[in-house]
Amino acid sequence: MKLSRKSVLLGTAAFALMATQAMAEKRTLKYYADFDPAPLAAFEAAIAEFEAANPDIDVVLQNFDHEGYKTAIRNFLSADSPDLANWYAGNRMAPFVNAGQFMDITDVWTENNLGETLASAKGSMTIDGKQWGVPYTYYQWGIYYNKDAYKQAGVEVPTTWAQFIDNCAKFKEAGIDCVTTGTKALWPGAGIFDYMNLRTNGYDFHMDLTAGKVAWTDDKVKNTFAEWAKLVEPGYVTANHAALDWQDAASLLIQGKAANYVMGNFAVAVFKDGGMTNDTLGFMQFPEITPGLARGEEAPTDTIHIPSGAKNVDDAKKFLAFIATADVQTKLNEALGQLPINNQSKVGDDPFLQAGFEMLSTADGGIAQFFDRDAPAEMAKVGMEGFQEFMVKPENVDKILERLEKARQRIYK
Amino acid sequence: MTGSATTAIAGTRTQRPGIWKRNQRALAPWLFLAPGIAMFALYVIYPIVASMWLSFYDWDGLGAKTWLGLENYVELFDDDAFYTSLYNNIIWLVLYMLAVPAGLFVALFLNQTVTGIRIYKSLFFFPFVISQVVVGLIFSWFYAPNFGLFYNLIEWLTGTGVAVLADDRYVTYGIIAAGLWPQIAYCMILYLTGLNNVAPDQIEAARLDGAKGWKMLWHIILPQLRPATFIAVVVTVIGALRSFDLVSIMTDGGPYGSSRVLSFYMFEQALSEYGFRMGYGAAIAVILFAIMMVFISGFIWKMVRDERGL
Repeated sequence: MKLSRKSVLLGTAAFALMATQAMAEKRTLKYYADFDPAPLAAFEAAIAEFEAANPDIDVVLQNFDHEGYKTAIRNFLSADSPDLANWYAGNRMAPFVNAGQFMDITDVWTENNLGETLASAKGSMTIDGKQWGVPYTYYQWGIYYNKDAYKQAGVEVPTTWAQFIDNCAKFKEAGIDCVTTGTKALWPGAGIFDYMNLRTNGYDFHMDLTAGKVAWTDDKVKNTFAEWAKLVEPGYVTANHAALDWQDAASLLIQGKAANYVMGNFAVAVFKDGGMTNDTLGFMQFPEITPGLARGEEAPTDTIHIPSGAKNVDDAKKFLAFIATADVQTKLNEALGQLPINNQSKVGDDPFLQAGFEMLSTADGGIAQFFDRDAPAEMAKVGMEGFQEFMVKPENVDKILERLEKARQRIYK
Repeated sequence: MTGSATTAIAGTRTQRPGIWKRNQRALAPWLFLAPGIAMFALYVIYPIVASMWLSFYDWDGLGAKTWLGLENYVELFDDDAFYTSLYNNIIWLVLYMLAVPAGLFVALFLNQTVTGIRIYKSLFFFPFVISQVVVGLIFSWFYAPNFGLFYNLIEWLTGTGVAVLADDRYVTYGIIAAGLWPQIAYCMILYLTGLNNVAPDQIEAARLDGAKGWKMLWHIILPQLRPATFIAVVVTVIGALRSFDLVSIMTDGGPYGSSRVLSFYMFEQALSEYGFRMGYGAAIAVILFAIMMVFISGFIWKMVRDERGL
């Protein structure tokens, strides 16, 4: 009996030794992500490059469906943690940071001087003075418009809100929806709200509002909705938007049935798939509402984090430092069709990217992440429902704001 | 020591039979039931109790739980979204019941011997076979503004189209209509099997006595279909209360939450992308359970009564 136990022990030891030897040859780095096909290809190329530079590391990428990932991450972070995981900047990562499920990687930032090169995203990666992930891409939001629709209605591209609204009246006469959106999934409506509020009250107020420091029944918020009502009440927004997906609304813009679409830059691919070209598709920044405000813009940032349960932390940090370099971000974002965070990276030739880069780098107000990333998840849900209701029934504005205020008092306790 | 034990047992054996022998009749049923009871306790009773317990806490599924007492319920009874869901559940319960008479009607219609009747029967049964997700998708395209068949039909008839799923007045009815499609098929199949067992001699006798049409159906056929009706009502009530997939597929509870039902609201609060209020979700689940309990106890009471032949 004693003898056999000893031999079993010996056997295990030998096996463990063999296993560590095998691992010494190639260490695995488990990476969970939620890429769409195009970004996935770009990342696979970047990973191949990383593996070529570090032949002893084997990066195993497990790709999830985009929506499914948002639920899956909560399970795998606590149950079967990878070494790297995709997520988002800003308040969206706060629950995981506060629950101690993301690792503090301030050392990666200081050792690689990321505070300098990734300066524009440092604020949104920082909680409690520490950095919790590395951003690799962002993209601008703004107004995409159909140039043919502008010609058909005989109007010029506006620079102020008053001009924009005047145009809307002419679009309506021509039978074109001035602004289109599809709020079935709620978030496209939040893009409009964010810009309405950023332009009416400025970046700082918008951040205070999403951080729960200001009441939703505040007069300034009411002003935002009053400006927004100028768009909604005369029926300048596509009817039935609550039953449309954002792609359905995109096809209205492509067909010239709608003139403007407040959207993120990822929509350009959809517009071009639908047959639009650089000659028919235009981009403008959201027009000025309150004159003289510092201009804030919206640019959601995608990030990679190390979960606290990671087994191969050293290599994970190496990978993050690699992803943060200017060269890698240039290549990644060329393929992604988005903007690199690293300020030494080059931006692709695409005119929409160039316009976005120009717009974001001159934004003196600040860069917001998007309503559902700046506000906590629960507030985002209630808020976006309110925005959707407002765009269907603008007369309910007081009821909606009271409901949001009630939610704020509960959520930000 | 061993010796004394054997003598002790030997001593008792002469006087009284062993514990097992004495209680065999009482213990055996419990032993046979034990696996079932263990499973039922683990997978049904424990989750119910755990949900009730959880409904007194504030918990995001990750961090520490905080005891709230009845606060979740207090908030729930002051929550407009809860009342919208409850109201929608009632509409579901009432309108979903239409599946029972409709299923009966289709079954009576199909209960004849014509060439190819099996094909017609399977065609009518088809909607129940396909997944609810597919049913939901088909109906959302049917209602879709601009290109949906229903939308275009209404536009052609009245001049302005109605986007059913974007209008808080119609959205719940639109989803229920989608739900009725497979549910009618289900009730139909229950009645078809029931109709097979209707005693031909009674029909013959009734016919000799001059019963026809409506009278025949009401006094002769329907009483014999009572077991089928009972099952049809039970599955329809349960189906109405647990309606979730269609709401999730067709509207995601929208527009602005007006098509939520309790089960969907529970999911939204506890498990969806913007939720993770486990305690609050559990509180909704408890309310839904209480409502279901009313019906379930009613059904069980009736079943027990029938079994005793009362």
